[in-house]
Amino acid sequence: MEPIIRVENLVHTYGEGTPFCRSAVDGISLDIYPGEFLGVIGHTGSGKSTLIQHLNGLLKPTAGRVLFHGKDIWEDTKKIREVRFRVGLVFQYPEYQLFEETVRKDISFGPKNMGLSEEEIARRVERAAAFAGLAPELLDQSPFELSGGQKRRVAIAGVIAMEPEVLVLDEPSAGLDPAGRDGLLANIRDYHRATGSTVVLVSHSMDEIAENVDRIAVLSDAGVVMSGTPQEVFSRSEELEAVGLTVPQVTKVAMELRRRGVMVDAAVYTVSDLYHALTALGKGGAGC
Amino acid sequence: MLKDITLGQYFPGNSVVHRLDPRTKLLMVVAYIAALFLAKWFVSYAVMLAVLAACVSISRVPPKSLVRGLKPVLFIIAFTAVLNLFYTPGREIWRWWIFKITWEGMETAFFMMLRITMLIMGTFLLTYTTSPIRLTDGLESLLGPLKKVHVPVHELSMMMSIALRFIPTLIEETDKIMSAQKARGADFETGNLLQRAKAMIPLLVPLFISAFRRADELAVAMECRCYHGGEGRTKLHPLRYQRRDYVTLLLGAAVLGTVIALRNFGL
Repeated sequence: MEPIIRVENLVHTYGEGTPFCRSAVDGISLDIYPGEFLGVIGHTGSGKSTLIQHLNGLLKPTAGRVLFHGKDIWEDTKKIREVRFRVGLVFQYPEYQLFEETVRKDISFGPKNMGLSEEEIARRVERAAAFAGLAPELLDQSPFELSGGQKRRVAIAGVIAMEPEVLVLDEPSAGLDPAGRDGLLANIRDYHRATGSTVVLVSHSMDEIAENVDRIAVLSDAGVVMSGTPQEVFSRSEELEAVGLTVPQVTKVAMELRRRGVMVDAAVYTVSDLYHALTALGKGGAGC
Repeated sequence: MLKDITLGQYFPGNSVVHRLDPRTKLLMVVAYIAALFLAKWFVSYAVMLAVLAACVSISRVPPKSLVRGLKPVLFIIAFTAVLNLFYTPGREIWRWWIFKITWEGMETAFFMMLRITMLIMGTFLLTYTTSPIRLTDGLESLLGPLKKVHVPVHELSMMMSIALRFIPTLIEETDKIMSAQKARGADFETGNLLQRAKAMIPLLVPLFISAFRRADELAVAMECRCYHGGEGRTKLHPLRYQRRDYVTLLLGAAVLGTVIALRNFGL
């Protein structure tokens, strides 16, 4: 399958010519396929945020290329804005970007910039708000009166409203409580399922990644060190630990159970996996 | 674009210039500015230029970044030069309609340009080589005598250090918000003046909100640590003059003296 976004040997150096010069990304190559739910994991400072800002042309590569539908996005600098509409990027803590008087106006900022008609904007705002899990009565409130979690949903709706082909989310659940986190991720999953668009989820929570994505790309200072399904990636726990990451907590529980003689399948990555593994074990009558 | 703003930036280093007492550096900059305005002719300017070049090379601040700091004031420099070029009376060399250029005008314009450039580079060298904390410590200590006449010196220097401290933070924040709005298709670069001013709203509203939030948080954090102004406050790193400071001050006095002497000879 043709990748929708292809990153080729991407290098990005911040502050060239100053004493603070450093490479945030040094030679990364990555393919993103249409319709997939890709998880990008990496420890703090592995260049995740820098990488994703290249996907919609907010940062220009120092070296290397970013291809969108097979075309270099920097080929025509005038068209870069169009790439930004087609590759939606939700930043970390996106609630700080809200500025309008009402939630409705804030969500429509993106579609308005696209030059759409009033009716189309209205339709998209309602749809995006529903995907982001915002109640319709919130639309006419000021975004500054909402709770932190609701603000974040407004900011995410603001990007979804552009109906991008690829939605990139940088740690969308950072700083939310467990209920807010699960709710938000469920909304994103539903959005992925309903629209069939490509979603890239950046996170350093293994559990979050394990429960949501189809494929994982593991980022470290050296670039993409591993990529594959959650099963493939999490079965290589030593390699993960070598790059400062780990396996999901339930996998650790399963491994510990095995070590103590409970022969559950070690390849469990989500709570429901473990539940099934344990019930299967109970039925088999092996037990401790 | 925002990365070009170097005002108040500190370039960490370990040269003699970096290690000098901030009070010495402040006094030196004052002396340097005074000398610049007393300088009359090529000889004095040459002396000042040599002093500046020596300081820059000792400090190991890349000259490129000093030059970059000039960019925002380029217009002022050009404007002053043009004004002086046309409006200085003297021996005429060229005339067209109401415009005329004189020898004196050319000379003044040249010296003006040199003076402003060197002035800015000199002060930038101070902020490049002195961390904001040390700079305001030095300022507070130098202005100390004014406390006797009830000038709130401590409060002023605290305000200044907070302001300086937050310049990079705000720049970073602006960058972040700008990126987020650009990701939603905001356009800050094209359009006429009105459109551009309008395009700033999505940037300024979040920026102000976050600045107020930060101010609030900082105030709470300071109060939590029982901050109550300068009364009875001691320093972790009290300022003490070293031998190098005395030597620098003497050298500075010598340069200032030289320029004054040269001025008397009209050089």
